Amino acid sequence: MELTQQHFIALLPLLLASATLVTVMLAIAWRRSHGLSFVLSAIGLTAALLSIPMARESGVAGVTSLLLLDDFAYFHSALILVSTLACMTLAHAYLGEKPGADGFPGNREELYLLLTLSATGGMVLVSAQHLAALFVGLELLSVPVYGLVAYAFFSRRSLEAGIKYMVLSAAGSAFLLFGMALLYAESGTLAFTGIGASLATHLASPLVQTGVVMMLIGLAFKLSLVPFHLWTPDVYEGAPAPVSAFLATASKVAVFAVLLRLYLMSPATGDGWLTDALTVIAIASILGGNLLALNQSNLKRLLGYSSIAHFGYLLVALIASNGFAVEAVGVYLVTYVLTSLGAFGVVTLMSSPYNGRDADALYEYRGLFWRRPYLTAVLTVMMLSLAGIPLTAGFIGKFYIITTGVESQLWWLLGALIIGSAIGLYYYLRVMVTLYLVEPGIRRHDAPQDWGQRAGGIMLMAIVILALFLGVYPQPLLELAQQAGFAAL
Amino acid sequence: MILPWLILIPFIGGLLCWLVERFDQTLPRWIALLTMSLLFGLGLWLWATGDYSLAPAPDAGANWAVEFKYVWIERFGINLHLALDGLSLLMVLLTGLLGVLSVLCSWKEIQRHVGFFHLNLMWILGGVVGVFLSLDLFLFFLFWEMMLVPMYFLIALWGHSSSEGKRSRINAATKFFIYTQASGLVMLVAILGLVLVHYHDSGVLTFDYALLLDAQLDPAIEYLLMLGFFIAFAVKFPIVPLHAWLPHAHAQAPTAGSVDLAGILLKTAAYGMIRFALPLFPNASVDFAPIAMVLGLVGIFYGALLSFAQTDIKRLVAYSSISHMGFVLIGIYSGSELALQGAVVLMIAHGLSAAALFILCGQLYERLHTRDMREMGGLWSRLRWLPALSLFFAAASLGLPGTGNFVGEFVVLFGAFERMPWIVVIATFGVVLASIYSLAMVHRAHFGPAKAQGALPGMDARELGMILLLAVLLVLLGVYPQPVFDTTQASMNGVQQWITTALSPLASIR
Repeated sequence: MELTQQHFIALLPLLLASATLVTVMLAIAWRRSHGLSFVLSAIGLTAALLSIPMARESGVAGVTSLLLLDDFAYFHSALILVSTLACMTLAHAYLGEKPGADGFPGNREELYLLLTLSATGGMVLVSAQHLAALFVGLELLSVPVYGLVAYAFFSRRSLEAGIKYMVLSAAGSAFLLFGMALLYAESGTLAFTGIGASLATHLASPLVQTGVVMMLIGLAFKLSLVPFHLWTPDVYEGAPAPVSAFLATASKVAVFAVLLRLYLMSPATGDGWLTDALTVIAIASILGGNLLALNQSNLKRLLGYSSIAHFGYLLVALIASNGFAVEAVGVYLVTYVLTSLGAFGVVTLMSSPYNGRDADALYEYRGLFWRRPYLTAVLTVMMLSLAGIPLTAGFIGKFYIITTGVESQLWWLLGALIIGSAIGLYYYLRVMVTLYLVEPGIRRHDAPQDWGQRAGGIMLMAIVILALFLGVYPQPLLELAQQAGFAAL
Repeated sequence: MILPWLILIPFIGGLLCWLVERFDQTLPRWIALLTMSLLFGLGLWLWATGDYSLAPAPDAGANWAVEFKYVWIERFGINLHLALDGLSLLMVLLTGLLGVLSVLCSWKEIQRHVGFFHLNLMWILGGVVGVFLSLDLFLFFLFWEMMLVPMYFLIALWGHSSSEGKRSRINAATKFFIYTQASGLVMLVAILGLVLVHYHDSGVLTFDYALLLDAQLDPAIEYLLMLGFFIAFAVKFPIVPLHAWLPHAHAQAPTAGSVDLAGILLKTAAYGMIRFALPLFPNASVDFAPIAMVLGLVGIFYGALLSFAQTDIKRLVAYSSISHMGFVLIGIYSGSELALQGAVVLMIAHGLSAAALFILCGQLYERLHTRDMREMGGLWSRLRWLPALSLFFAAASLGLPGTGNFVGEFVVLFGAFERMPWIVVIATFGVVLASIYSLAMVHRAHFGPAKAQGALPGMDARELGMILLLAVLLVLLGVYPQPVFDTTQASMNGVQQWITTALSPLASIR
């Protein structure tokens, strides 16, 4: 296959992100400067984001047999880039202005390098139409995250979380690789469509079934679906807050997008046993995630469990895979990313600048409303949005998921979803009311007075406005997701 | 254009209350009072000028006294569709009136974070008005869920804690929220089921009430969808196995919260049944009517018996609400136009009398700092006006002729007798129980030997004014209910026609 100029234009976002990577690396080698490496990586990723409309015009879809750059890929790439940029902004606040008295004691510059690297991997992953691209993308996405989770390596919890994530993630990758090998042994090809076509004929062979199950296990590890979720709370708790935000948003978006593409393009769904297995996983994730979150007194752990439940909800749309499903996944991912960024953003700003441990215990938020009303308003809206209350973005997402469920008549899953939402309300409300309780005394952590004027604060305000705007007028988002949905079908 | 303003006024007023809090502590109260008076005034103006002989009916289609429509989410065919007929108008009026009263009754009670309190209060009322006006099922659901959040804050932050511990008000608020939200999701599934069935038949994706009225439903599906709506309404109504949140929420809520909860929020459920459940699913509703009416009976007796057993005066009134709403339920499902009209009168009368009783409980609490009737007693000698007025409203609550409650209950029972004589006969005994618990309340709290000496501060002009206003309105409704009947006549006639059309094939089989 010959690469023309059009192909390069289609690849532009990916190329720009890679160029950013090299530039930032060289800049660090030349001279360490926190501000410079933040600005460089932010500009690079913004340029990649802005090049997406242009790349869409190029009119080529398949670039080599590895990548398929359609609207679906661009939609999710944009989502990954936006969330990475948001995490960078949070990280900038979190690490502190300059080394010395306050802020992060170690090197700060590499954090941006690792974030950019991981985001590039995510973009490869969402464009993959070939198992090789899937694996390369997935590893490029997760390997930098080992470093990110253990970035505060002098803190025991962060290091422990990093090692835990590395071991389990590597185990997940091994499963995935083994599964791919088995599928290849049966079908003789690694392209998604090729596998689908050849599997349509001999689906029932035990080799294929083992292969599909092993791949599913590998991806479920990354998405932390029950029963492969055990690493989630510890890693979310141990990782620095902006990294937890990245793990919860960009990393999961990329993996879920590729799972969806794989599920749609390889009709391994034919005879139903896979659907049954996914249904069980979905119900277990919804109920398990919500039940385990009930008694958490640590906000980061609570958000970790809540993300397990949210990906259970997303599986409902995946299983439905009817006319609305791809659209529903797109909309839900956007609302979920927005909300998680907001929630982790508040935790990050509360812990900024870094001073040894994050402000993640629930009691540190008690009565925050009477000290930081606007920051509290942000967290309140995020909690309501996670709970799916109308007039917030989260409701639109949940509305879409329920629509797909009703359309495909998945009553068991809908039942689990309703029960899960009811359980979920309890802990979201618990966080919310804590913010408003008037308690004298304890105020160990407090966001700096001028947080609203800094980049992180402005971004949080933008997120909350967007979350409310999409809750009230979701039409623009629905149109975007609809286009991405048409491309994938 | 007036309909969106009816919803926007409370929301804007609430925001203003919050913003001016930092300048002055009393200003939010005045703004809230003004907002609610404006809402009430607009309602009265609409009543005086509108033509309420227009209402949706099966043959006439959906025609309305006032209508507003604007495209909102094209993807799903969702519109900002608001409309007003006699029934919604009366409910909006009730909301405005009780809104004014709930601002007035918190004048002294609420001293912490006044602006934020009124923000929540105004937003509840705005959401309720939205429920009464929306004709797009998505919009209806939106408002239905949206009023929960401020109500949650109202109970959790300004509520009273009981002896059980500090967290009891938060638990009560959480219980209220989870009950209503979970049942709301069931309704959302039912709404989506209805919309998608209609979509598959006609190819039009819409949430519009007028179009969905024409949906052709398979009987089994119709029954399931109707149950989905019914469960959501049953929780808020509340109908007896799903009532567990109500006594807690009432007992821990501040006075204004209880007034809104009993006076208006419960009415949204009855309104939802009359407006949505019956016309959208007439056949299934007719099949279900005997069960619903038996549930109403259970509610009447269960509420009355438990009410009698309470020692907490607010819980007593809360359980009595369950009993009264049982009559409303029987009226709604009896399928007779007269009973439906009676149910509306009873809704209004109960809104007024329950609001008055809760305000009186609040005033007692401000003086005695207890809601336990075992610590009251003999108040008649220590307190002017209040015991006598309590007696009046207790009498209204037991359905004394001359009050609106009597008219409501009498017309419900009278109208339902033709089709369901046995249910009516049994329900009548509920009225006897009502007199027992109402009089027991007055007796325990106000008569008997005094538990302490010394006169308590009497009622001031604000307190007396609120209660007297409610008393006058209740008597007016009891003596001359004709304007209410006239206003709702067309709406109720429409609902009754839907039921009759559903009944007629059954009748011909017999």
